[in-house]
Amino acid sequence: MNGGAAALAVVQVVVMLVVSPLLVGLMRQTRARLEGRVGAGVLQPWRDLRKLAAKETLRASGTGWVSAAGPLVLVASGLLACALVPLVGAVPFVSVPDDLFVVVSVLLVGTVALALVGLDAGTAFGGMGSSRHMTIAALVEPTVLVAVYALSIPVGSSALSRIVLARIDDPASVASPVSLLALVALAIAVVAETGRLPVDNPSTHLELTMIHEAMVIESSGRDLGWLELGSWLRLGALLGLLGSLLVPWGVAQDAGVAAVLVGVVTLVLKLAVLGCVLAAAEVFVAKLRLFRVPELLAGSFVLAFLAVTASYLVVQAG
Amino acid sequence: MTQRPRTEVLETTAADVRGLVSARLSEGFRTAMVAGHEDDDGFRIVYVLVRAADDRRCEIVLRTPHDRPEIPSLAGVDYPVGRFEREIRDLYGVVPVGHPLPYRLVRHGHWPQGWYPMRRDADPEPVFDSDVGSFPFLEVEGDGVYEIPVGPVHAGLIEPGHFRFSVVGETILRMKARLWFVYRGVEKLFEGRRPDEAIELTERISGDTAVGHTLAFCLAVEEAGGILVAEEDRLVRALLLELERMHNHVADLGALANDVGFGIVNVHAQRLRETLLRLNKATTGHRLLRGGLTVGGARLTALPDLEVISSVAREVAELADVTLGNPTVQDRFAGTAVLSSEAARSIGTLGYVARASGLDVDARRDHPVVDLGDAFEVVVEEGGDVRSRYLVRARELAVSAAVIADLVRRLDWRLGTGRTQAPRGGVGSGLGLVEGWRGTIAHRVELDDSGLLGRVKVVDPSFFNWPALPVALTDVIVPDFPLANKSFNQSYAGNDL
Repeated sequence: MNGGAAALAVVQVVVMLVVSPLLVGLMRQTRARLEGRVGAGVLQPWRDLRKLAAKETLRASGTGWVSAAGPLVLVASGLLACALVPLVGAVPFVSVPDDLFVVVSVLLVGTVALALVGLDAGTAFGGMGSSRHMTIAALVEPTVLVAVYALSIPVGSSALSRIVLARIDDPASVASPVSLLALVALAIAVVAETGRLPVDNPSTHLELTMIHEAMVIESSGRDLGWLELGSWLRLGALLGLLGSLLVPWGVAQDAGVAAVLVGVVTLVLKLAVLGCVLAAAEVFVAKLRLFRVPELLAGSFVLAFLAVTASYLVVQAG
Repeated sequence: MTQRPRTEVLETTAADVRGLVSARLSEGFRTAMVAGHEDDDGFRIVYVLVRAADDRRCEIVLRTPHDRPEIPSLAGVDYPVGRFEREIRDLYGVVPVGHPLPYRLVRHGHWPQGWYPMRRDADPEPVFDSDVGSFPFLEVEGDGVYEIPVGPVHAGLIEPGHFRFSVVGETILRMKARLWFVYRGVEKLFEGRRPDEAIELTERISGDTAVGHTLAFCLAVEEAGGILVAEEDRLVRALLLELERMHNHVADLGALANDVGFGIVNVHAQRLRETLLRLNKATTGHRLLRGGLTVGGARLTALPDLEVISSVAREVAELADVTLGNPTVQDRFAGTAVLSSEAARSIGTLGYVARASGLDVDARRDHPVVDLGDAFEVVVEEGGDVRSRYLVRARELAVSAAVIADLVRRLDWRLGTGRTQAPRGGVGSGLGLVEGWRGTIAHRVELDDSGLLGRVKVVDPSFFNWPALPVALTDVIVPDFPLANKSFNQSYAGNDL
């Protein structure tokens, strides 16, 4: 099965590379339309990437190899996450575990790379953004772990593909209290991790309020392009994971051409729907005061924790 | 105008000025401005004090010779006076002796030593050095304290100002603003112009306050030159002032929501602002209401469409409800950047900043030019926080809409005479006080014997209000600063001149 798994991973990476910028474009466009603006179009992120790739890369004086390597590490971790998370298909690798701990660690590598890029130039904004980013990451990662752990208890495995497969076999488990609590917790964590409202405002011009944008403020040209693409890949992977857990149908269970095609189409649909829902929700919320963000994340952690507790109760009752 | 406000002029000496100014301040006067002048026989400092209760104005004149220009500092008597003294020191080289904060205010490090731009012999194009001296900021020391420098070039499309934050974690310990990056020598440009030729300058002192500054200037020239303005023109002027207030307040109400990530409100506020700007264009021929005012008159091209005014006011009220109805926005606004009433008073704040901190000040009532009718009321809120400054704007906008409706009815299809009147001749001085949308604007004009402008001193309310911002930042966290700053929304150009 390893050959099939590898082929699927390649398909997932290619699909996500193409789709992630479009997902961001779709979210921006949805928000623009809902606010009564014309919007730049779904293709704008791709145009931005093309523009950034063609521009000269300027680095602040005093920056070292971190500024050059960080963006690439972020993209690499995003691509790796796209390969490991069951998006198009849930075919487990034999040698490489798509274990949830592995996936979270892979994402964390990207988080740290981004934070280091923010610190490298030694400016106040970058450091400020990195410090806020790490604070939020420290609160988000446990929630992601605990939420997916809650989902893994009924399955008896922490491999994400097994969890998704178990949900296809037993659709009732999707609507179970454990699953709902865990998914809500996961959704909040995804919003925080990807820097969306109400935690971070991706469209602000106010330097002092920024989190993600503050870290990339000193980057330009290709560096900035990689950073943007890396962040979009993370958004795509996390939303895709949420989609696969929420609506597991359509996920390919083998590496056959037909199954993969269905998998790709359903993945794109799920991402589009989730992206539109997230963007529409953003229209109605304002950005939280920074000191309220831990309260929100603590709330999501409590939900995840309740999910774990509930899963033990359900298992014992069964 | 039924009765010209009485202005009392007192000549004084360096020994007596402190007692005289303190006595007036204790009688309920406030400092409207302190203006420097250069005469043939030395420098002349004019302390202009005004009283809201009976619209009395008092000018205290102090002279100091060319060879030893010194005045005793009154910074200990009144905070705004201390700031004016620093301004005069940087522009005229008159030293306030005994000033507790003898640092430069207007002057930047690259100005040549001994170059005082307002002096008669000042080189209009001096050779600037590099900014070697930079600007000394007090360093806050301690565990984990770090500095965040912001500006003067910002990410957004705003005016230049440099802010230096001393921060521990996310909490602001101290913030110092460095302004005067857009010092253009506007006051110097007035000198020697005919009053009617100065309108083009006053309309550009602060782009969003074209009417406020121009009206204050016209009032000052008219008092100095003994010009009487027809009732019809005074109604038109009041109308223009309220139109200006409306389009600026709408923009701020949207921008405040935008700063907490509630973008949809801003989109609608921008739409409403655009509606008003087009109305302005139909009313005066200019989107920012330039061209409506003349020295001695005023003229509209058409009366504003009241349907538009009332529908905008209605929609703004709805937008304000939506904004404040959002719990997150409410949480961000309430209790953020509180300026206490005592601080607001002792700093000498004006306009919506003062009124949001419970100070009942408004030049439209305290220094009236025309009776605004029953629709007019002064809006006061007590909280002193971002929410109060938001509410004052929202409520003032409703008042402005009602006042405009009333004024249009009273104008009864008249559009103003549009007359330009020349001063009656002879030396004279006058003071214009106008409640612009940011607060009370003061212009003091001196005419020479040929009817040309000798000296024009301009004071935007921002000059008084800027120092209140750092005070309001006690216990504010860094990511809330842009919101606090926007709630003050002071003018850089009007402050820097």
